Amino acid sequence: MKNPPFHYHRPATLDEALALLAELGDEAKILAGGQSLLPVMALRLGRPEHVIDIGTIDSLKTINTDDGLTIGAMVRHAQAEKSPEVAANAPMVAAALPHVGHRAIRNRGTVVGSIAHADSAAEMPAVCLATDATMTIASTGGTREVAAADFFQGFFTTVIEPNEILTQVQFPAWSPTAGGTVVEISRRHGDYAMCGLAAMVDAPNGVIEKAALSFFAVASTAIRIPEAEAALVGQAPSQESFAEAARIVGETLEPDGDIHATADYRRHIATVLTRRGLAEAAAQIGVPA
Amino acid sequence: MSLPSVHTPLGEKLAINLTVNGESQSVEVDPRRSLADVIREEIGLTGTHLGCEHGVCGACTILLDGEPSRACLMLAVQADGTEITTIEGLANPDGTLHPIQQGMYDAMSFQCAFCSPGFLMSTVALLRDNPTPTEAEIREELSGNLCRCTGYQSIIDGVETAVKLLGSATTEGGK
Repeated sequence: MKNPPFHYHRPATLDEALALLAELGDEAKILAGGQSLLPVMALRLGRPEHVIDIGTIDSLKTINTDDGLTIGAMVRHAQAEKSPEVAANAPMVAAALPHVGHRAIRNRGTVVGSIAHADSAAEMPAVCLATDATMTIASTGGTREVAAADFFQGFFTTVIEPNEILTQVQFPAWSPTAGGTVVEISRRHGDYAMCGLAAMVDAPNGVIEKAALSFFAVASTAIRIPEAEAALVGQAPSQESFAEAARIVGETLEPDGDIHATADYRRHIATVLTRRGLAEAAAQIGVPA
Repeated sequence: MSLPSVHTPLGEKLAINLTVNGESQSVEVDPRRSLADVIREEIGLTGTHLGCEHGVCGACTILLDGEPSRACLMLAVQADGTEITTIEGLANPDGTLHPIQQGMYDAMSFQCAFCSPGFLMSTVALLRDNPTPTEAEIREELSGNLCRCTGYQSIIDGVETAVKLLGSATTEGGK
């Protein structure tokens, strides 16, 4: 499975990359870490005429903590995984990273690339949704910011236009009274999950003020279950309140079945993961549940 | 790493510079070619094996600037200016095996050995970063490499044997 031929561009700056995209539009694909794009090309699922390699653009390689946590488009999973800033300011991102692929994949693949690729079974889009992250999308016309809730449109589909690049993702400042985690069940660790959950509870003074349950691998995009989140608000973090949230998740989710797992099995593990994820999140803020 | 802008039209080649096992190499490559193909066919080092060619099996794992990477999931042009270590770079030039190769040899970690270069390169990085891993850590770090012969246990045993060999080498070096 050799890659099909293409025109290769390696711009030295973001402006140069955007100018190329303005000219080439949907004939071009952005190559960052390549861990999704290159298999897509090898398997002929996509065949771009032009490949624009942003791998050497230094301005996209930064992690900063000016406002929450911002991760640039060329920050590789491994760089984020080793970053104390990520661990301290975006604990759910840190929790997701060990689940992403395998070591060799994380050494090349990028956090933002995973978000732009928008695989419905991937961890990072679900974390963006759970944390209300903001995407910065650039074109020669300027930049726009899009909330995670508006960003993912369907299987491998986002609001990024052909002349645009997702240049960074910003995670809001993490509440000191919140706990958050990512749990999933896959056949082998590192494989795409049959069902996964990014879970967060914020419980100042022992009462849940805010909760997020963001599931992946159960629909065409990551999805939150607002009914179950609402049922948690105002409750104490406890096995009972978590079990009630899990019951609502089981009633609300309508996953598809495939060769990896039937719809019923996916729904079942979603309820198990709800209890498990919430318990892990609560344990982080000192609530044994 | 700052590199100048490059535009290579369809069908044309791009000159890149790589350091492979300590030797600098200048090669002209078609941008569509994978790093694995260029290592095998242009540089002539066929120890880097290609199994699936889409990032699943791990047989093509090499060290890119010291970090394990899948050589089939990289364009060679993306490796411009990097340092690469392949399986051929492990043993001493006099033929003495690297302690990790010796450990795996002693534990009979190889059967058909098609997957072995990838396992060995992943293990080099694992034991560099974590010289005394637990069995669970070994299994986790090698989870991206597939073997269809051994059932994995002998490979885990080989890594543990290598840990001992490397430990005693360090102790001797300290004397």
